[in-house]
Amino acid sequence: MERQKKIIEIVNRVAGKQVDPAPDESLFESGVLDSFILADLVSALEQEFAVKIPDSDLTPRKFDSVERIDSYLASRS
Amino acid sequence: MAYLRALGCYLPSRVVGNAELAPMVGADPAWLLQATGIEERRFAAPQETVAALGIAAAKDCLAASSISASEIGMVIVSSGSAEQRFPGPASVIAAGAGIAGKPAIDLPMASAGSLFGLALAAQMAPRYGHVLVVASEIMSRVVRLDPTGRDTAILFGDGAGACLVSAETGFAEIADFVLATDGDFAETLRLDFDAPLHMDGRTIILQASRKLPRVIGELLDRNQMNADAIGTYLLHQANLNLITRVAQALGAPDARFFRNIARFGNTSSASLLIAAAEWWGSSGKPLRDPVVLAAFGAGLNWGAILCRAAS
Repeated sequence: MERQKKIIEIVNRVAGKQVDPAPDESLFESGVLDSFILADLVSALEQEFAVKIPDSDLTPRKFDSVERIDSYLASRS
Repeated sequence: MAYLRALGCYLPSRVVGNAELAPMVGADPAWLLQATGIEERRFAAPQETVAALGIAAAKDCLAASSISASEIGMVIVSSGSAEQRFPGPASVIAAGAGIAGKPAIDLPMASAGSLFGLALAAQMAPRYGHVLVVASEIMSRVVRLDPTGRDTAILFGDGAGACLVSAETGFAEIADFVLATDGDFAETLRLDFDAPLHMDGRTIILQASRKLPRVIGELLDRNQMNADAIGTYLLHQANLNLITRVAQALGAPDARFFRNIARFGNTSSASLLIAAAEWWGSSGKPLRDPVVLAAFGAGLNWGAILCRAAS
């Protein structure tokens, strides 16, 4: 849960919004993310969680919700 | 050694503004401008072909050079929107431009095709002398101009560009290049037979946002240069926001990135050469060098070329 809170903080920072999305809420469908903000989000996640996200993992589906981002980061740690 | 010697382009005469396109795709003109940064684009006339546009651009380029068609040693043509499986438009463009009996090669790569063509021309010029690189696209015929095709139809336009690469002399030397391909994402941007253009825009933007700055950085690193040392950036005119993002990622001054997407939209592989021709014909003189050309597109294919003013 701590990681999900941190993910929401990062999403809000890169999107320039103050939202509290449900874990499974689509960040694209709700208008929080667009293609360009997603690129910034990936870079911010790499910095904050000290992970390297390879290009092969750069698909929007992996980062479409807080839950999916959390699962992805768990798989990388 | 190889040099950029002359550039040319051809844009169809029909201008399609947002006020005309928006109702076709069920969109609001103001939204269309905000979403794409594109104010208008050109559509080819019904009788015009990819080859016809390419021939016009080739002739424009040759007219801007001191080289005649009979002196051209090789033709390289990039198009992702050619009308038939084979032959590609290269042979017809060569014939139409008056270039007889010389090899004419097709690169059916779409957006990054002209960049790859320039890199290949740089390698071929020492053997073939003058290599004419042409990129021609009629994108308006491969998208759905109705509400079901809105997300792609609003982005594209038609046009052609050409660049003469010579072994002897030119205004800028092709100093180095980096090319790359990643077939794992081939499905994300493709044009199947008997189907409109398919584009997973989110994946494409995400991949391009990372790969373009990285490949330019790699090119600069191995030439012991930083982004601020580059006088002009000529990028494939895919998306206004993407060009801005690349500038930010590199930490390079935004004003050094040439843009004409607002007037022509994304003309796929033609866009890099159309942009280069416009830049060379106006703001490119005197040359603010070094110059970096870069493109990203279907394949995925991407790369960057470094040019320096010829001494």
